[in-house]
Amino acid sequence: MNTPKQRQHVGKSYKKVDAATILSGRAAYTEDLIPPHALVIKILRSPHAMAKILDIDLKSALRLPGVEAIYTYKDVPQVRFTLAGQSFPEPSAYDTLILDQYVRYVGDGVAIVVAVDEKTALQAMQMIRVTYDVMEPVLDIHTALDHPTVVHPEEDLHYNMPVGGDPKRNLACSYSRVTGDIEGELAKCDYVVAGTYFDQATSQSAMETFRTFCNIDQFGRLVCTSSTQIPFHARRHIARALQIPAAKVRVIKPRIGGGFGSKQTACTELYCAFVTWTLKKPAVLIYDRHEANNCSTSRHAREWQIRLGATKDGIIQVIDMVAISDAGAYGTHAFTTFTAGEHKSVPLYNKGKAVRYESNIVYTNHMAGGAFRGYGATEALWPLECAVTKLAKKMGMDEIELRLKNLINVGETSLVYAPDEVLESGLLKEAIARAKEMARWDERPHSWQIDDTHRGGLGIALAFQGSGVANVDTASVEIKLQDDGYYTLYTGSTDMGTGSNTVLMQMACEVLGCPMEHMTCYEADTDVVPFDPGSYASSTTYVTGTAAKLAAEDLRAKLIRTFAKYMEVSESDIEFDGIMAHTKDGKQTMTTQELAPKLMVSFGHEAEQLVGFATWGSHTSPPPFMVGIAEVSVDTETGQVTPLDYYAVVDCGTVVNPALAKVQAEGGIVQGIGMALTEDIRYSPKGRLETNNFMTYKIPTRLDMGRLHVDFVESHEPTGAFGVKSIGEVVINTSCPAIQGAILNACGAELTTLPMNSEKVFQALMAKE
Amino acid sequence: MDIKLIVNGKTVSVNVEADEMLLTTLRNQGFFSMRRGCDTLNCGLCTVWLDGDTILSCSYPTFRAAGHEITTLEGLAEEASLLADCLAAEGADQCGYCTTGMMMSAMALRRKNPNPTDEEIKEFLVGNLCRCTGYESHLRGIRRYLGEVQK
Repeated sequence: MNTPKQRQHVGKSYKKVDAATILSGRAAYTEDLIPPHALVIKILRSPHAMAKILDIDLKSALRLPGVEAIYTYKDVPQVRFTLAGQSFPEPSAYDTLILDQYVRYVGDGVAIVVAVDEKTALQAMQMIRVTYDVMEPVLDIHTALDHPTVVHPEEDLHYNMPVGGDPKRNLACSYSRVTGDIEGELAKCDYVVAGTYFDQATSQSAMETFRTFCNIDQFGRLVCTSSTQIPFHARRHIARALQIPAAKVRVIKPRIGGGFGSKQTACTELYCAFVTWTLKKPAVLIYDRHEANNCSTSRHAREWQIRLGATKDGIIQVIDMVAISDAGAYGTHAFTTFTAGEHKSVPLYNKGKAVRYESNIVYTNHMAGGAFRGYGATEALWPLECAVTKLAKKMGMDEIELRLKNLINVGETSLVYAPDEVLESGLLKEAIARAKEMARWDERPHSWQIDDTHRGGLGIALAFQGSGVANVDTASVEIKLQDDGYYTLYTGSTDMGTGSNTVLMQMACEVLGCPMEHMTCYEADTDVVPFDPGSYASSTTYVTGTAAKLAAEDLRAKLIRTFAKYMEVSESDIEFDGIMAHTKDGKQTMTTQELAPKLMVSFGHEAEQLVGFATWGSHTSPPPFMVGIAEVSVDTETGQVTPLDYYAVVDCGTVVNPALAKVQAEGGIVQGIGMALTEDIRYSPKGRLETNNFMTYKIPTRLDMGRLHVDFVESHEPTGAFGVKSIGEVVINTSCPAIQGAILNACGAELTTLPMNSEKVFQALMAKE
Repeated sequence: MDIKLIVNGKTVSVNVEADEMLLTTLRNQGFFSMRRGCDTLNCGLCTVWLDGDTILSCSYPTFRAAGHEITTLEGLAEEASLLADCLAAEGADQCGYCTTGMMMSAMALRRKNPNPTDEEIKEFLVGNLCRCTGYESHLRGIRRYLGEVQK
C-alpha cells in the first residue's frame, strides 16, 4: 500500500465527477426526468392537529373532468410501517399508514388526489368535503404524557424491539442509562452547575424539495425514481405498505438536491407508489416548499435538565443529562436520535465517576421528528458544551483549559462506551491547539468593547460524531472490469451532493492504480447495485469507502492472477499499474484494454468477467472530532448577534478530498449558525406550523454567516480504509454552543433556549441588569 | 395564448396560459438549469436574465416576456462552463441544485462590475440561497473565475 506521500488519489482535491453535468443545466434531477403524460398527485391535508375523519365526500370532486382518482384511508392497505430509513430491526415504531382515519398534525394526509395536471388536482382538492371529529391536540411536551388525547389510539401500533414505549400514555419511546451514583458523587463535588436548555425543532431545508415519480416497467414491476438517501430502505417500505413483494419494486435515485437527513425518511415515495401500482400509470408527486417544511420531518426538539459536578482539581465527576423530547406525530428516528446523542457527546469528558443520560420521547401533534445532520449529537452537545463553559466560569478557569483537563485520550474508554470499546484514534489536543492558534485565543481578551453599542466575544465548543452505526451499517461495493478495459464501481450509497461518488472512486483507484478517468461510478439503483443502507450516519466514506477499497483489492488480485495466466508467468512476476501489466523482466506487457475483450470469449482461456466485490461493516463507529471557536458581535441595544469569524479544526482521519471536506465543514458550520441564531419551527396555539417558507423560516444567507476559517488535523483511524473516519455531521455540532459561549463572553447574557435571536438576547441582557 | 419568446438568441413560438410563469415555460422547452426552490421569492434558484438583467422566472408571467431577450445558463455555455469549472475546483457545486441560479447572478455581476469586492459579491448574490456549502466556496470560485476572465 502506498504511504500517504506516495498516494496518487487519496488526499487530492478532485472536482466532483458529476460537477460538469449538474452545473450545465442538463437533465439530472428527478423533476428533469419525469415521463411524459405522468399523472399529477396532490395531497389533501388536515387543517386540524388531532382529529378523526368521520366522513369524506368525494362526489363532486370526482365529477371534475381530468380527475383520475381520489383515494382515502378506506382505499389503502391497513398495515402499519415506519417511514424512517433504518436497517434491521428497524427501531422506529410501526405507527404509520399511507392514509389513516386519524390525522395527527396540521398537514397530515387526508386524501390522495390524482389528475391529468396540477391545476385540475388543486381544483378537485377544493371540492372534497371532510367531516372531522376534532380533538384537543397535544402541543406541549410537558403535558403530553398521560394527556387525555392519545395521539396513537390504534391497537396495531407495533415495535420491532423494546424501546421503552407506551403509546397509550403518548410515550413513543424512552431511554435511561445511569452509571455510578449520581447524587452521591454530586454531593462530593466542589462545584456543581445546573441548567435547563432547550434545542428547537429545525428544518433540514434541502433546496430540492421531496419528489418522486413512479412507472410500471416492461415486467409489470413498480419503478420508483425518487430524491432519496435510502433506496433500499424505501424499497422495503413500499413493499410493506403496498403489501407486495420487494422483488416487485425498483427504486432509483438520480442526482439529488441536498438531503441533510430529511431524505433518510421516506416522504413522497409511498403516495406515489400507491397511485402508480393501483392505476398502473406513471404518476408524479412534487412537494412545494410549504409542504416540504410542513409535511416531512424535522430535528426533534428537546428540553434538557443538565447538572455537571467537578472536584476542585478540575475533574468533571458527574454528567447528568435528562431530557423531554418531542417525537411529534410519528416515531420516525425518535429512539435512535436520542440514544445516538449519548455516544457522541458524553465520551468527550471521560474522567468522571457517574453519568446519567435519559429521556422520555413523547408523541405530540407536531410534525414528526426525524433525521437531521448531527442526529442527536447536535442536540446533546448543546446543553453539555454550554454547561462545561458555565462550569469553567464558575471555577474561574479558562474554558479550554477545563476541557483539556477532562478530555478523553486515545486508548481510553468512557462510562457510556461498550465494555471493550476505546477511542482508537484522534488528534484531539492537536486540533484544540491549532484552533487556539487560529483564533489567537491566548493572545487576546475573550470579551471586548467594539463601539458604543456593540461588544465582541469568543466562545468555544468541542464535538464528536460517529462514522456509521457500529455493528449495523454494512455496505457492499462491486467493481467490474468492463469489456473495454475500463472499470465501473457500483454502490448503493447515495451521493446527495457531498461528492461521495468521487471519494469512493478516489479510494478504489488508489488501490487499482489507474487514473480516475478509467473508472465510472453507478449508484443507487436497487436493481443494479449491491446493498447499501444509503448515505446517512456519516457512513459513506468510512463504511462504503472501506468496502470500495476491499472490492478494489479483490479485483486487483484477480487481475494480477489473470495477467499471470495469459503471460504464463507466476503472479509474483507481474507488476500492474491499473492499466498495464508487465513482467518484471520487462519482456511482456498487456493492458486491461487488451485483456478485457479476451475475457469475454471462451477460446484460448476460460471466459471470466473480472469482478471485485466486498462487504464491510465495522464493530465500531470511530468518532471524528471538531473544535469550533466563534467570534461574534452583540448589539447591546437590540440583542442582535452578528457572527464575525468562525475558526474550526476538524479531525476526520485521513482527508480523502481536501476541497470537498472543507466545503462539508463550511456548510455544516453555517447550518449550525442558522440553528443557533434564526432557524425555528414554531406552531400557532392550535398547532398550525407558522414557519412553512423561507420568509418565516430563516436559513442563513451569505450575509449572515461571517467569515469561516477551516483547517484539518489528520489522525489515522486504524479500522478505516486509508485511515478515514467521517466529516458529514460532526461539522454542525459546535456552532450553537460556541456561539452561546461567545455571547456570554461578549455581554454576560446567558442564553439557554435556541435560537438565540435578538429578542431572547435582549431579554437575557435585561435579566442580567 | 400564442406568443413569441427569444430564448438564448433563438425565437420560439409557445402557447401559454395567462397565468403561466416563465419558469414553467422554459422547463417545458427543455431548459432545466432553472428550478423552483421556494414559493416566496427567497431562494433564487429560478434566476434567468431578461434583457440582461436577472429576474426570478418563478414569478414572471411568460406573456410579459414576449419579445424580450431571455437568457438562460444554457445560452451562456462557454462562460458558464468556465465558471462551473472554477466552482467545481473549490467543491462549491455540492448538490448543484441552487448553483446554476447563483451562476446566472454571478455572470450578471461581472457585466455590471468586473472588479467587485468580496462584500459586493456577497451583496449581489444575497438572493441566491444555498443550504450545502456555507457560501465561502462560492466566493473562492467566483474570485477564481473573475481572475480567469481577466487573463
